[in-house]
Amino acid sequence: AMLRASLRQVSAALKEGHVTPTELCQRCLSLIKSTKFLNAYITVAEESALKQAEESEERYRRGQPLGVLDGIPIAVKDNFNTAGIETTCASNMLKGYISPYNATVVQKLLDQGAVLLGKTNLDEFAMGSGSTDGVFGPVRNPWSYSRQYKEKSVPKSHSEDEESNWVITGGSSGGSAAAVSSFTCFAALGSDTGGSTRNPAAHCGVVGLKPTYGLISRHGLIPLVNSMDVPGILTRCVDDAAVVLGSLAGHDPKDSTTIQENFKPFELPNLTDVSKLSIGIPKEYHAPGLSSEILALWSKAADLFKNAGAKVIEVSLPHTRYSIVCYHVLCTAEVASNMARFDGLEYGHRSDMNKSTESMYAATRREGFNDVVRGRILSGNYFLLKQNYENYFVKAQKVRRLIANDFVKVFGNGVDILLTPTTLSDAAPYMEFIKEDNRTRSAQDDILTQAANMAGLPAINVPTALSERGLPVGLQFIGRSFQEKQLLTVAKWFEKQVKFPMIQLEEVKRHDHGVFRHQKSASFS
Amino acid sequence: AVRACGGAWRRTWQRGALGPGPARRGQHAAACNARAGAVPAGKSGLAPWMPVVGLEIHAQISSNSKLFSGSQVQFAAPPNSLVSFFDASLPGTLPVLNRRCVEAAVMTGLALNCSINKKSLFDRKHYFYADLPAGYQITQQRVPIAVNGSLSYSLCIDNKMSQMVTKTVRIKQIQLEQDSGKSLHDDTRSQTLVDLNRAGVGLMEVVMEPDMCCGEEAAAAVRELQLILQTLGSSQAVMAEGQLRVDANVSVHHPGEPYGVRTEVKNINSIRFLAKAVDYEIQRQIEELENGGTILNETRAFDSKLGCTVPMRDKEGKQDYRFMPEPNLPPLILYDAKSLPANMNHQQVVNIDWIHERLPDLPSVKRAKLVEQYGILPEHSFTLLNEDGLAEFFENVVNQTQMKPKKVIGWIINDLLSHLRQHSVTVKESPVSSLLLADLLNLLVKKDISSTAAKQVLAELWKGEGKTPLEIVKEKKLGLIQDEKELEQICQAVIDRQENE
Repeated sequence: AMLRASLRQVSAALKEGHVTPTELCQRCLSLIKSTKFLNAYITVAEESALKQAEESEERYRRGQPLGVLDGIPIAVKDNFNTAGIETTCASNMLKGYISPYNATVVQKLLDQGAVLLGKTNLDEFAMGSGSTDGVFGPVRNPWSYSRQYKEKSVPKSHSEDEESNWVITGGSSGGSAAAVSSFTCFAALGSDTGGSTRNPAAHCGVVGLKPTYGLISRHGLIPLVNSMDVPGILTRCVDDAAVVLGSLAGHDPKDSTTIQENFKPFELPNLTDVSKLSIGIPKEYHAPGLSSEILALWSKAADLFKNAGAKVIEVSLPHTRYSIVCYHVLCTAEVASNMARFDGLEYGHRSDMNKSTESMYAATRREGFNDVVRGRILSGNYFLLKQNYENYFVKAQKVRRLIANDFVKVFGNGVDILLTPTTLSDAAPYMEFIKEDNRTRSAQDDILTQAANMAGLPAINVPTALSERGLPVGLQFIGRSFQEKQLLTVAKWFEKQVKFPMIQLEEVKRHDHGVFRHQKSASFS
Repeated sequence: AVRACGGAWRRTWQRGALGPGPARRGQHAAACNARAGAVPAGKSGLAPWMPVVGLEIHAQISSNSKLFSGSQVQFAAPPNSLVSFFDASLPGTLPVLNRRCVEAAVMTGLALNCSINKKSLFDRKHYFYADLPAGYQITQQRVPIAVNGSLSYSLCIDNKMSQMVTKTVRIKQIQLEQDSGKSLHDDTRSQTLVDLNRAGVGLMEVVMEPDMCCGEEAAAAVRELQLILQTLGSSQAVMAEGQLRVDANVSVHHPGEPYGVRTEVKNINSIRFLAKAVDYEIQRQIEELENGGTILNETRAFDSKLGCTVPMRDKEGKQDYRFMPEPNLPPLILYDAKSLPANMNHQQVVNIDWIHERLPDLPSVKRAKLVEQYGILPEHSFTLLNEDGLAEFFENVVNQTQMKPKKVIGWIINDLLSHLRQHSVTVKESPVSSLLLADLLNLLVKKDISSTAAKQVLAELWKGEGKTPLEIVKEKKLGLIQDEKELEQICQAVIDRQENE
């Protein structure tokens, strides 16, 4: 039961001595083992986690815990550098790579006493929207094994069908989302370049926060698109996201793109009156392919605000429809550039080919990267060629500015928060998902999330309801730059209204009795 | 062999085609000295050739740490001992701009009369090479830190110090960029060893417009730049240590015609070789064209042993550097007194005006001051500044002697300097200190010794045996006799001896 608590609840329990950091850590580690089939973790750092837990325990014993995170088991996406623990990016290129330094966000968590359980699975170099394209195999959505899903969609008797019916987590931070959703950790770091935190959060029924660009240091995050990447936060509830945000945000001298001002951590107020709020409903997010279920949920949510007295208005973000193409150009161009360092010389995989330096480079990169990565490198280099630069890269930058300006205009006209769906539909079964190629899928799946990255705005997925198939569906709130407090306050109010049901993990129950206890929650429907 | 005088090619250009020049068959010597503008035609005999020389100069910034990382900058440190995670391009590392490097570039820009861009940008230039760990160099391709400057330099005509001309070359831009590491190719074991100590050191690339027309001009311009950088302290600019690297773009054309195809000459590691390399390349191109050949747009290396340029094996064939904005560095914003925000922490901003006010005297100003203050000839002021520490030496001597500066300069240039050069000794290593020389000159002023004797004393002083000039004079009995009686006695003695014979 302790494992299903929120971060803040378990923190209180630690403080009151109801549980010790070591016990908590051991329970999480044992649950990680029994949920191994989810493939959420690439590396489990059992030894160092237990050591950190012991140190935390000592602090609690002395009555001097470091703060709310002390002793809290967390997980980190495997594209953040962790000193002494493998950092692979789910790629052959970095298999076995042990970084000599911690990413700033990892260091901050450790400095505040958090216990790092391990590194979570992802699409190779975070390029994907399913967490299916990493070298360590796909991540399985814990909801595939929930009573809610099984009751609604899986023929109860056929176990073979059950095997083929598991659904994806979304991505690319699918491992982190699955880890939080399956209660193996209390918070996890993801990264969000085009939706990589919010998308799996929506599919796994957890909160996924993409903060404003520049609010959290990227130092140590292995980049996908430097100008859009943001460390993401995955938690069970909005309050927890605020706690983790408070522990990570602020200037980092090692990342010149972080804000200069100091960040003041905040506690979220319990909003009682939303009548002063103006909620914008961007009509362009009524995108082709949006499931009727989600559309209905979206308008229900809008009504919820309206009925509570908020102003709900339809707004237009006319350039959103160009964002997919624009993103494709900017993303692949930066990918081509960022991946140039992987040449087998200083670190990572090196091919045995030794005919010449050039042939070694070529073989190393062919062996080290999967098709998706290689494809993006190729198109990116194409867009950056002298003859193409103006027509593609510069144009895409201009379109990006237009997309960002759309938001500026809407927020300038008095809208406080935008409300949109996070995904077009609920999570697809793996067998369905892999029918399309990575590029097509990414283009479809990022459509509702990537504009926030283009504009650098904060956005959050709040789990809202279960679909007809018994899978989570989330809605997205997009806020003004650096107005995380307002965004999270509204998200928290919404979260409270919708009462998203707790996952009932039957599969795991079989393996690990007593960890999950059935809990009845009202669902938003 | 010299036809036109300095700067002629440009005047020629404005007048349009010059009529057929006087045919001077066989006169192939590139004829490049200060007065050269056009090189006479060779076999074709139709029109003279106009050589055009532009320079790209990389000056390593003198700073404690690298351009984007905290690693130390040091020449000849053990291989790979000065490499941070960023320098080795470990995944996830980010560049953090070194303020000192920015200030050095601003200083240099101001000294070269550039306008300083209050907003400049960084770009990535991509190519694969073993000593470029990230696969790209961070540079300033689109908006560099300084643009549109000029550099005045002087050179003498026909190697006569008395005939100095001053010329100006336009500075197109100065850009900040990262240095690469070093590759050492071990051909016998067919391996390449990489040293990343230099990787990421700050460079200023100074791009000079093609306003020069011969090796000597190029050399004089670079020498002046070198002096400026050293005066500013923005670069140590020692070519032998690679702190100043010069690439020359060379082409030739006929007056009135568009510029010819240019070649880029690299691998030039001294100023003397720069003059040689450029002149060789001009000559080679003229001969090639006159023999009906064509000039390829290629990179050539100067072989100092053979004294010629040879085509370089291209690293990767034709390069497309796939430039892209560096996304991890915000625009570099500089302030002046007007734009400086009141609430800004002064440690965090670079103030152009503040730097401007603190610029040291540049070589040209120093020379003018020397000429004015001491009444020496302009050409002597050049000599004083060209030799590191010589101007200070001169001033020290002047301050410690009653001899007139105009006379002191003769001793400095004719005696001290020539001796130092003969023995390849720097001013700082001179066994004769400014104090000793001043003592000696004082003896001369007081007429204690003759100027012939003074040279003898100086010769003794070079031995560095720690004797003072006075001691040497006494020891060698070189003193002039001032006592009339003593003189009388000597004279009388001489006469007596004569009479006795």
